[in-house]
Amino acid sequence: MNNLQQKAQQLLESGNYGLIVGYEKGTSGKARPVFIRKAEHASKLIFDESCDQNIAVYLYRQEIKHDKKKVIVANHHTLKSIVELAAENQVFDGDFMVLAFAENGDIIELNTFKEIEKHVATLYHGLTEAEAAMMKKIEDMSLEDRWAFWENEFSKCIKCYACRASCPMCYCPTCTVEINQPQWISVPSHTLGNLEWHVMRAMHLAGRCVTCGQCGKACPLELPIQLLTYKVALDSKQFFDSVAGTSICADNALAIYKPEDHENFIR
Amino acid sequence: METQNIYLPYLMQIDKVSEDAPFVKTFRLKFINPEDEANFSFQTGQFGEYSVAGVGESTFCIASSPTRKGYIECTFRKAGRVTTALSDLEEGNTIGFRGPYGNVFPIDEWKGKNLLFIAGGIALPPMRSVIWNCLDLRENFKDITILYGAKSVADLVYKHELREWDERPDVKLVTTVDPGGETHDWTGEVGFVPTILDKMAPKAENTIAIVCGPPIMIKYTFPILEKCGFADEMVYTTLENRMKCGFGKCGRCNVGKTYVCKDGPVFSLKQLKQMPDEY
Amino acid sequence: MERKLLTKDSYRSLITKLIGQNYQVVAPVKKDTMIDFLKISSFDEITEDYIVTVSSAKTVAFPRNEKLFDYEKQNKKLTQQDYDFDSIPQSVLIGVRPCDAFGFHSLSSIFCWDSIDKIYTTRLERTTIIGLSCNKADDYCFCTSAKGSPGSTAGSDILLTKMTDGNYIVEIVTEKGAKLVADFSDLFTADGGADKESLLAKVAANFSVDDVLAKINSKFEDEAFWTEQAMRCIGCGACAYVCPTCACFDIQDESHGGKGHRVRCWDSCGLSLFTLHTSGHNPRENQGQRWRQRLMHKFSYMPDRLNTIGCVGCGRCSRACPVDMNIAEHCMSIIEN
Ligand code: SF4
Ligand code: SF4
Ligand code: SF4
Ligand code: SF4
Repeated sequence: MNNLQQKAQQLLESGNYGLIVGYEKGTSGKARPVFIRKAEHASKLIFDESCDQNIAVYLYRQEIKHDKKKVIVANHHTLKSIVELAAENQVFDGDFMVLAFAENGDIIELNTFKEIEKHVATLYHGLTEAEAAMMKKIEDMSLEDRWAFWENEFSKCIKCYACRASCPMCYCPTCTVEINQPQWISVPSHTLGNLEWHVMRAMHLAGRCVTCGQCGKACPLELPIQLLTYKVALDSKQFFDSVAGTSICADNALAIYKPEDHENFIR
Repeated sequence: METQNIYLPYLMQIDKVSEDAPFVKTFRLKFINPEDEANFSFQTGQFGEYSVAGVGESTFCIASSPTRKGYIECTFRKAGRVTTALSDLEEGNTIGFRGPYGNVFPIDEWKGKNLLFIAGGIALPPMRSVIWNCLDLRENFKDITILYGAKSVADLVYKHELREWDERPDVKLVTTVDPGGETHDWTGEVGFVPTILDKMAPKAENTIAIVCGPPIMIKYTFPILEKCGFADEMVYTTLENRMKCGFGKCGRCNVGKTYVCKDGPVFSLKQLKQMPDEY
Repeated sequence: MERKLLTKDSYRSLITKLIGQNYQVVAPVKKDTMIDFLKISSFDEITEDYIVTVSSAKTVAFPRNEKLFDYEKQNKKLTQQDYDFDSIPQSVLIGVRPCDAFGFHSLSSIFCWDSIDKIYTTRLERTTIIGLSCNKADDYCFCTSAKGSPGSTAGSDILLTKMTDGNYIVEIVTEKGAKLVADFSDLFTADGGADKESLLAKVAANFSVDDVLAKINSKFEDEAFWTEQAMRCIGCGACAYVCPTCACFDIQDESHGGKGHRVRCWDSCGLSLFTLHTSGHNPRENQGQRWRQRLMHKFSYMPDRLNTIGCVGCGRCSRACPVDMNIAEHCMSIIEN
């Protein structure tokens, strides 16, 4: 048993905790989310590089939302999402404990939002090299090429909403695409309707996207859909100095007005 | 129109609009194409898909009786997107109609029996079709009793028809409104439908009960019928589940393996008790 | 079953001729990062380097959007333009895996019970399915547990099996297949008698779908079981949209000005709003109930009502699932619990 499994076993045996949300080995050795309720199942837990899925969505899942004896094993994506969800009052202090990892692999217990926020401050917040290269590739494109690039991508989207369902920040019970009075966005998945929806989604995630890339990883058609929300995330940082997932006090760019903002249309 | 396209609606002209209660309207619809009318027939209990081009389709029952030829009627409450668009239409507008779908009230089997109709709120429309059907074949049945309740006096639909039924010697009509919903000149009952039913203590012998209403009303009405001695196969109701196609393909309306659109919408309480609670 | 031989060069000629004769030829194509069925205009676009494509072959008969008819509004007048059945092209669908081909059987049972969906049936009638036996499989495949096999001919009009020399064994399964072979008879030569079985992928049968069928009804009421089974499921439409047998759909209007059309588009029982009533009541309000619906539909309702199983073991849903809900594992849990 490794230290995570031991820790989980202890927590469950203590009776103070009843559920551990973490990762296990799935099909073909792929990591996947797991829900451990019994100490004897703690040995299923894993934590390695394959565990890069953001699993913060489960924290506000109806079935376990109000279970205060839960623990979540969090990678850095999940941690940042927790901070952002805390800022938006979607999760509550004391409702769960977080098990994070120090660089040397030691387990860090984080019990309060303050502690999580402090820990997150020690993490890297930028894009990975590969992601940054993809962003640059697109930004360097001519307007026509960029349009063609996205047109091709959106032609593939089947509107399965896997991207939305896996994004911890997409927690609205009724998404704009489902609001039909009035109908803002086409429901069928054609290129134009897909574009409308994804652009809208990106705008709704402005200053809220923690650049975890989960939406892109979830897409069965492999659309690099995260690049859209990354772009707004980068703009939020550049123009408003707002980086999602770093502060438990809400200040995301499009939801807050500050007197020193230079746009004056709102006055 | 000759078509093999099961999704293509008949074109119907709105011939008459009546406002039956706040947000509740009834349309009388006539076929634009005489051939469609000639080929069309339905039986009481069936439903259809009504559509506004550019907005979409919505499912509700046919509220008129098959004994009244030349038109169909539908009653709907302005709630969703399609019913809101329908509400905005006027006489002379064209809408689409697909149907009829679903099974029917087995009124042939009810010959020689007493009928007890129990309806609540906006659920009178599915009932209205079968009530008129039975009244138009009045000699087939013995006593006919109608218990109808709504939230308030204003919410009672088909007020002129209620008056007509009330005046008929061969129909016993009891109307009720929820406590607080009465006006100063209200002469009907005050109380929830199940309560009034309990008070009426209907005889179960040789009687068929037909219940339509919101789930909560239905839930409290069944036990009272049971108490009065109604066997499960003597009690009928209609279910409304969300649907898109109406012919067993779109995957929405099933309750366990039962398809409301094909096996229903009419079910006996006996059937209902064998179905899982998925409606 | 009649067997013939098709050399790799003749295969190229066959496809090239079909394209030349204006058949719509749909084949697995590598597009950007993934392999999917797409209309091709040259033989070289075809790839054979796949276990299964991301989306299923169902898209030829049940595309993600189908315009049902057009309409035009002028003042109070509404006119409708019926579906143009003549516009459905003669198609040849190639590289279809046996599981996918078998899936059309289940899909057809939905579109044909009671009222016949002529749009679907016409599309399928005008499609000749050239299957391709599997020579490799992955951990998601479980056709052999679901009454299929890597070399099954069921559902294909012609089944090809690639030999080690790159040529193909041809099995002529249906009349439609025989017609296509007859139309290009000079390309097909006499069967060399190669052993097909040895060329096929090995897929272990880890369970029997019959046991799922026998057990699943007794699990219906077990809410705790379904809640736990569905805990990981985040309720998207990925599994249903890629599944060769899933048929759930929505009907939507799309219009611009006075003109528009009604569209039938994919929908999924896994989505939370799927069964939501206008009143706010939802008969399937949690993911456990929705996951139960998915499995019950495939392994109870379809067998019961349509005499067919709603799963062919292709494993697509599990590959597409963002959280690795592996349906074969879930089938085994039903048997074991
Ligand atoms: S996951 Fe991919 S295919 Fe599905 S809706 Fe999102 S972008 Fe479209
Ligand atoms: S939009 Fe994508 S990258 Fe951003 S938080 Fe959501 S899942 Fe992560
Ligand atoms: S349920 Fe999954 S494994 Fe079964 S046929 Fe559908 S996609 Fe394939
Ligand atoms: S793809 Fe996976 S997460 Fe999405 S609904 Fe299906 S099983 Fe659930």
